[in-house]
Amino acid sequence: MVRVLMAIMLVTSVNCFAAIDAYPFPDEQLQQRYNGLIDELRCPQCLNTNLAGSDAMIAQDLRREVHRMLLDGDTDDEILSFMYERYGDFILYRPRLGGGTLVLWLGPLLLLMLAAIAWFRLARAKPKVLEISSDEQARLDKLFVEGDS
Amino acid sequence: MTFNKSLLIPLGVFALMVVFLALGFGLKDPRLLPSVLIDKPFPKFELEDLRQPGRLRTIADISGEVSLVNVWATWCFNCLIEHPELLRISRETDVPLYGVNYNDENAKALNWLARHENPYEFSIVDDKGTLAIDLGVYGAPETFVLDANGVIRFRHVGPVTPEVWRQTLLPVVEHLQGMSDG
Repeated sequence: MVRVLMAIMLVTSVNCFAAIDAYPFPDEQLQQRYNGLIDELRCPQCLNTNLAGSDAMIAQDLRREVHRMLLDGDTDDEILSFMYERYGDFILYRPRLGGGTLVLWLGPLLLLMLAAIAWFRLARAKPKVLEISSDEQARLDKLFVEGDS
Repeated sequence: MTFNKSLLIPLGVFALMVVFLALGFGLKDPRLLPSVLIDKPFPKFELEDLRQPGRLRTIADISGEVSLVNVWATWCFNCLIEHPELLRISRETDVPLYGVNYNDENAKALNWLARHENPYEFSIVDDKGTLAIDLGVYGAPETFVLDANGVIRFRHVGPVTPEVWRQTLLPVVEHLQGMSDG
């Protein structure tokens, strides 16, 4: 009985592989670079999915292109540049430095510096001593005396 | 009592956030990618003509005058929506319209053109999507306006409706035609 069940499960589970386009690579290192690249490249049609996680037609085409370029001996940098020249900043999850992305890269640093300055000034500021006139002091003394009695 | 100016800082930060959020969420469609190919030459290609198998088309076939290049496919629903307008443009204007049949099957594409009429001077077979990738295409339909030198001057993502043609594409085309005449 168990064997029959296992056989059935084995046969039906094959379907799971159908939708994934697994590309063959001659060695493990290329495969790892491929995985890294499709992880880092964003699918241009989807709002927030990388190439590895998308089933969109353009994602399939771009995965095929990454595979082809890797087999052609292109470096990771060349492949990322190829994509960047066609799809712009959007396709890179780690955008390049320059132009509009400057705010992205330097913004957090700037905010951190502002926070540090604010914190420094707050920490250095002496607590203010309130000054009161002699009239007020007299009233205060009177209040204390009345409160005691 | 004197007014403490530092009380204004949170208000300023809030105003800044409002501006950034409005820019990020409100004013533009996040699905529209800015094209990096504007003012760059149309990518080189050597692909078969859809209706004349064996005949290779190159960039030389589409440059020479201001033209439109439309990326289409039979699986693309919006292509059907823009089709009447493309037919009208090809009939009523003298702007040449070229098709890039993207990730499609030739038999289906020919069938589609026969059924819905052919607005294109010719269509290029891009069944592997390589030209589309060089164009930075991420869906269909997309329409490019090329100047007489074959340089990409404008890109429209989505269907070419009569409004899009009148308000967006036609002014670009006329401007470019004026430039190449003068």
